[in-house]
Amino acid sequence: MSASIKLQPFDLAAIRRDFPILESQVHGRRLVFLDSAASAQKPRAVIDAMVFAMEHQYANVHRGLHWMSERTSDAYEAVRDKVAKLLNAASRDEIVFTRNGTESINLVAYTYGRAILQPGDAVVVSEMEHHANLVPWQMLRDAHGVELRIVKITDAGEVDFNSLEEQFADGRVKLLAVTHMSNVLGTYTPVERLAKFAHERGAKILLDGCQAIVHRQVDVQAIDADFYVFSGHKLYGPSGIGILYAKREILESMPPFMGGGDMISSVSYERSTWAKPPHRFEAGTPAILETIGLGAAIDYVEAIGFPAIAAHERELTEHAIAVLSEISGLRILGSAQDRGGVISFTMEGAHAHDIATLLDRQGIAVRAGHHCAEPLMGRLGVTATARASFALYTTIEEIDALAAGLIRVKQVFG
Amino acid sequence: MEASAQIYHNVIMDRFRSPRSAGRPENFDAEAEGNNPMCGDRIHLYFGREGARVSHESEGCAIMIASAELMADAVAGKTPAQIRDLRADFESVVTTGAENPALGDLNALANISEYRSRIRCATLPWATLGLALKEAE
Repeated sequence: MSASIKLQPFDLAAIRRDFPILESQVHGRRLVFLDSAASAQKPRAVIDAMVFAMEHQYANVHRGLHWMSERTSDAYEAVRDKVAKLLNAASRDEIVFTRNGTESINLVAYTYGRAILQPGDAVVVSEMEHHANLVPWQMLRDAHGVELRIVKITDAGEVDFNSLEEQFADGRVKLLAVTHMSNVLGTYTPVERLAKFAHERGAKILLDGCQAIVHRQVDVQAIDADFYVFSGHKLYGPSGIGILYAKREILESMPPFMGGGDMISSVSYERSTWAKPPHRFEAGTPAILETIGLGAAIDYVEAIGFPAIAAHERELTEHAIAVLSEISGLRILGSAQDRGGVISFTMEGAHAHDIATLLDRQGIAVRAGHHCAEPLMGRLGVTATARASFALYTTIEEIDALAAGLIRVKQVFG
Repeated sequence: MEASAQIYHNVIMDRFRSPRSAGRPENFDAEAEGNNPMCGDRIHLYFGREGARVSHESEGCAIMIASAELMADAVAGKTPAQIRDLRADFESVVTTGAENPALGDLNALANISEYRSRIRCATLPWATLGLALKEAE
């Protein structure tokens, strides 16, 4: 944490007032929003930043020679610095703006995957990946002849290093692509160890940080990550803006993803040359307002501070595991030693959809289904789970409301 | 039960807990697989032309399984054309919430119209039956 940021005391009541939507009523009850892992709510600072831009400071970026465009470009590019600082990237040029985490991974699969990886090379992902970190690699496999391998997880929901050794044994693995935090099991993966493991065997590592970035300080240099991706909307920012971090020399080796304006150095009818990274990967008018909104979200989170956020969420997670474990017939999936505020569970006799519907009628929003991790559901021997996920604005009382709600579900389905 | 549980009333819970048309029959003329990719509900449906017998092997929520059960009752003895009409009438009931006296027990699912994201759970068995009917032709 930078010394220049003045940390405020963690004042949960004040934080909740920052999120206007938390005042909402659903089905006549105060909203209990336990679906932040799907997308988080937005603080006033983010809303205001986007409205301010639209009302006072908006034009296209990187194009205009006029005052409005210059100022908007400054505000937009300042977010690249904020993201670089958030991740402790060595350079702002290592930050590429995309639409979301999914697009970031697709960008890597499409450009690095097709230009640098060769047919016969292998990519390894884990059993607990979101579809976003599985399907792009399947597409790469089918289009480019790269082999896709799956590393096992243990029953606790942790990466199985024995399986990892096996997958790497023949020396053909050139990329390890794994989540930093499972969106189903809440498991944090040992990213420094995984990066070291991959690098010692001549492979690069891509980390899907969509969940982790919300809860922990991430330092891509300390991890020695080659690629790190996340989306803005889970980090209390708007949807439509995502981030790809990659080491400078890797980005420089990669051809463009999409062609168009803003990504070129020169264009003639015959041929074009590409801009340097990161602009090489940012064709067309970007998500200007959303990027500005993400900047405000990063400021907001950093003002509270990751140590305080992590401490609060640890308390929530421990409380949730304790109270949910008391409900008979309820099974929490995964028991990783290092886990965060994402809890998937099943209940005997009640399907996840029915649980979610009955909770919804009590104003409690949870997710139900396969959580875009269908193969993992098979691995866990379930077809669907219900999932409660926590954010910096979640309260202990909301978790107690969830537990009370689940006891009502039992009354209906018991 | 309070309003929050209105859809989970006796008919639904009874058919969910004690399905009467579940399982793979010895004889059938067509089968079809249905699933909701967004949520993971799955149904494997068997159709016998004689008497329009429907059986199912289902993995999913109470709404989907009860709907498959009530559907099996409702289509028994009907012609394919009658079944197609019934499907259209049923879909109208679950999307509008307006009960249709001609549909009998199928009206037990009318309330699902208030749970928008669950309508597809109720209609999945019918969509799957549509596939089986095509195969049986």
